[in-house]
Amino acid sequence: MALLEVSDLRTSFHTRGGVVRAVDGVSFTLDKGETLGIVGESGSGKSVTCYSLMKLIPEPPGRIESGTAFFDGQDLLQMSPKQLRKIRGNRISMIFQDPMTSLNPYLRISTQLIEALRIHTNIDKKAALKKAIEALEEVGIPGAAQRVNQYPHEFSGGMRQRVMIAMALITEPDLLIADEPTTALDVTVQAQILDIIKERQNRLGTAVILVTHDLGVVAGTCDKVNVMYGGKLMESGTAEQVFYNAIHPYTRSLQKTIPSLQAKGENLYTIAGLPPDVSKPIHGCAFYPRCPYPKTGAPEGDRPQLVDAGDGHCFADCRFCDSSAPIETVLPQKDAGDLAGEELA
Amino acid sequence: MLRFIATRLLQGVLVLLAIYAVTFFLVAATPGSPFSSERAISPEILAQIESFYGYDKPVTERFVTSITNVLHGEFGPSAVYANRTVTQIIGASFPVSAKLGLFALAVALGIGIPVGILAAVRQNSWLDYLPMSISMGGICLPTFVMGPLLVLIFGLILEWLPVAGWFGWEYTILPSLTLGLYYAAYFARLTRGGMLEMLNQDWVRTARAKGVPERTIIWKHCLKGGLIPAITFLGPALAGIISGSFVVETIFQIPGLGQWFVKGALNRDDFLILGCTVLFAALIVVMNLIVDIVQVALNPRLKYE
Amino acid sequence: MSDHSETAVLADEPVPPPTEASEIAAEELEEGSSLWRDAWQRLRRNKLALASLFIFLAICLFCVAGPWFSPYNADAQDLFLGAVGPSWAHPFGTDTLGRDLMVRVMEGGRISLLVGLVATMVALLIGVMYGAVAGYLGGKVDSAMMRFVDLLYALPFTIFVILLMVAFGRSLWLIFVAIGAIEWLTTARIVRSGVLGLKKQEFVEAANSLGFSHMRIIVRHLIPNVLGPVIVVATLTVPAVMLLEAFLSFLGLGVQPPDASWGVLINEGQQNMEIFPWMLIFPAFFFALTLFCLNFLGDGLRDALDPKSAKD
Repeated sequence: MALLEVSDLRTSFHTRGGVVRAVDGVSFTLDKGETLGIVGESGSGKSVTCYSLMKLIPEPPGRIESGTAFFDGQDLLQMSPKQLRKIRGNRISMIFQDPMTSLNPYLRISTQLIEALRIHTNIDKKAALKKAIEALEEVGIPGAAQRVNQYPHEFSGGMRQRVMIAMALITEPDLLIADEPTTALDVTVQAQILDIIKERQNRLGTAVILVTHDLGVVAGTCDKVNVMYGGKLMESGTAEQVFYNAIHPYTRSLQKTIPSLQAKGENLYTIAGLPPDVSKPIHGCAFYPRCPYPKTGAPEGDRPQLVDAGDGHCFADCRFCDSSAPIETVLPQKDAGDLAGEELA
Repeated sequence: MLRFIATRLLQGVLVLLAIYAVTFFLVAATPGSPFSSERAISPEILAQIESFYGYDKPVTERFVTSITNVLHGEFGPSAVYANRTVTQIIGASFPVSAKLGLFALAVALGIGIPVGILAAVRQNSWLDYLPMSISMGGICLPTFVMGPLLVLIFGLILEWLPVAGWFGWEYTILPSLTLGLYYAAYFARLTRGGMLEMLNQDWVRTARAKGVPERTIIWKHCLKGGLIPAITFLGPALAGIISGSFVVETIFQIPGLGQWFVKGALNRDDFLILGCTVLFAALIVVMNLIVDIVQVALNPRLKYE
Repeated sequence: MSDHSETAVLADEPVPPPTEASEIAAEELEEGSSLWRDAWQRLRRNKLALASLFIFLAICLFCVAGPWFSPYNADAQDLFLGAVGPSWAHPFGTDTLGRDLMVRVMEGGRISLLVGLVATMVALLIGVMYGAVAGYLGGKVDSAMMRFVDLLYALPFTIFVILLMVAFGRSLWLIFVAIGAIEWLTTARIVRSGVLGLKKQEFVEAANSLGFSHMRIIVRHLIPNVLGPVIVVATLTVPAVMLLEAFLSFLGLGVQPPDASWGVLINEGQQNMEIFPWMLIFPAFFFALTLFCLNFLGDGLRDALDPKSAKD
């Protein structure tokens, strides 16, 4: 049995401007020890998916409209707040995007580190503190025994994210949800943080959901990948499938945006246009207006369903464009003068 | 921390000296003298009185004398109430005012802070709207309106409580409420704002993700930071309670220091004015010092700045 | 400071054509006017603030125009009549000297509102200039000036106002100045932080490079841009000032008889409330209602002019 089985999750926000369908029917599974990457632009619903699983959506205005999320046989979405509290921080932990604001500046690191332990286990304070120091050492914080008594503002951004990881993993959870854990950090620190997550995961056998907008991060760390756009999955499969045999035009466009995969001296590829406004009804493929492929029809009807292309590699079959066309044809045209100007700048 | 307190104390003493000097010269610049009254006094006697109180000497010399006396804890004689020194008057009436002020502060904090926390935690429910509307009303009813109204309702119509005097505990209720409710309203609004700001922080989400119960989130994670706006207001609140006591003591005919100060100001009782001003200023300076210390204790980030 | 002296040198050079500057000003104006329109839209949606505005205007009209339509004179005594309760002839009743209370409430309102407005103007004048200069100069001057403000915040000002009133006689002018002189602190702080943020922006640099004097930059370019928060503070300062005036008048240190302000009337009412409760109730009601409206209006304006601060 899978550790986590999400099906048809729908979360929306009821604002004055209308109903924002942030997550609109998302399904996926995750096994023990596996790493799932959820990729997409801002506003694609990847973070909301994770918060919905933990029921951390502020209600109102948010509301989980439908769906199930079976975690170890229990539906997280049907749990009482009390049951949920027993799972949160104990069996499912979470790391957030901005380590500068995710730690409480009024409490010592030690207090915050041992909090989950003290709530979920019968450990005494002294033993918990010992474990906290160990946890800090394991994420590579030098002088952990002293630093544990300091306050968050005495730590740098990268160090704080290490603290967050130590804090999330101190109860040895079955599942770690990492919501863009490296986005707010320096590039040099990003790789270290990912390595630490990977290393801890291997030691503890934790399953990880890694939310990111950086395809490069996913390629290096994930077993499975979900590509999200406009609140729906566009493509899902193993990292290999999604990377080397990408089917959906959106996935392929995303790949084109990875800077290190692009030839030197060229303009960086960007996907023209803006992500869809999910507060308005979307007809046909949500990506249609930005799709670089030759259009073969007008978008109409419901949004495309996920179709299995074989071996669990699914994609949203949109049929409104000719995705068999080679992707090279969609590169932005560029003339020599433009290039010269670019180099001068 | 010790250095911080020492610096602030020194600053406080300097502020007090400055206040004393300003008050002294302000009073000295006032036309007339404490002894010019309706009754005709012969010039010789007036001169004698003035020389007794040192008024025949130049202002600067009087200032030096008076500040030396104050540093020795002696505020001088009352110029209007013969054979009573200012120290005696203060000694007799200050305990009354202090009791009134403390009760009022207790009312303000004891009602304001819990109501503010509750309103923030139950934001957008009737537990938020109702107390916040009432507190807005409270802010618009200053002591000199609130006092008479409370007297009218509880004293004259319902006849539950005495309307004037200062004899037993039942006499303290209406004055303390009059003085305290206004600031309770302020504290409620400030606490609500502070708590709401804390509850909307990212780290609260972190705490929830750790499975921390809501109760712990409020008391352990949010209270420290949420109380800071209210704490900051303690200084102004005390200053307000002091000036409010002038009004409340007049309405309820309480023999406190506030009444003496107003009388002193109206009668040009120079030494009494000086004594009261310095005492009130000292109270406020001390309160501000306490506020500074509490703030540093509550907010770990302040220690290093 | 060093970069300012450079610009001062620039000022001696021939002034560049003013087209750029007028363009900048036009742009600012356009952005500004749409900002004001947005704010007005937001304010219109806030029913409570809007109602407060209309009630406040109604009170102002009642107090300013009312006495012209009343058959009574505020000072006309009718000792034979004495204090009588509300009736058709005297809707608010009369006071112990037989004076019509409605006219007295109107006249008292005139003085209270006048004090509120004028003293607020004084406070704004001091606060805006002080804050703008501190923020514009920055550095050590700024921190010294702001430390001074911090110090003043901690002082028992009402005591000084009382002493001032005693020392220099109880005239209306002194009330304006004395109250204005102590209510400017918050304005100064807000203007200073606004200017501190603005002076880094390009249009200030542009004005600087055009060789405008510091005074002109402060008055023409910086202050108009912090007007929003200043209006909010002003709206909230008016009730604070009226409160202080009423407080002084209540203690007999403010407006002197036969003139009356709401504070004076409340004091008279308080002394007679056991027998003639209407003498307390009517002035107290108008006074509290005015403060209520101004406070709600101030809150509404804050939400309208600074949407970021309106969290919920």
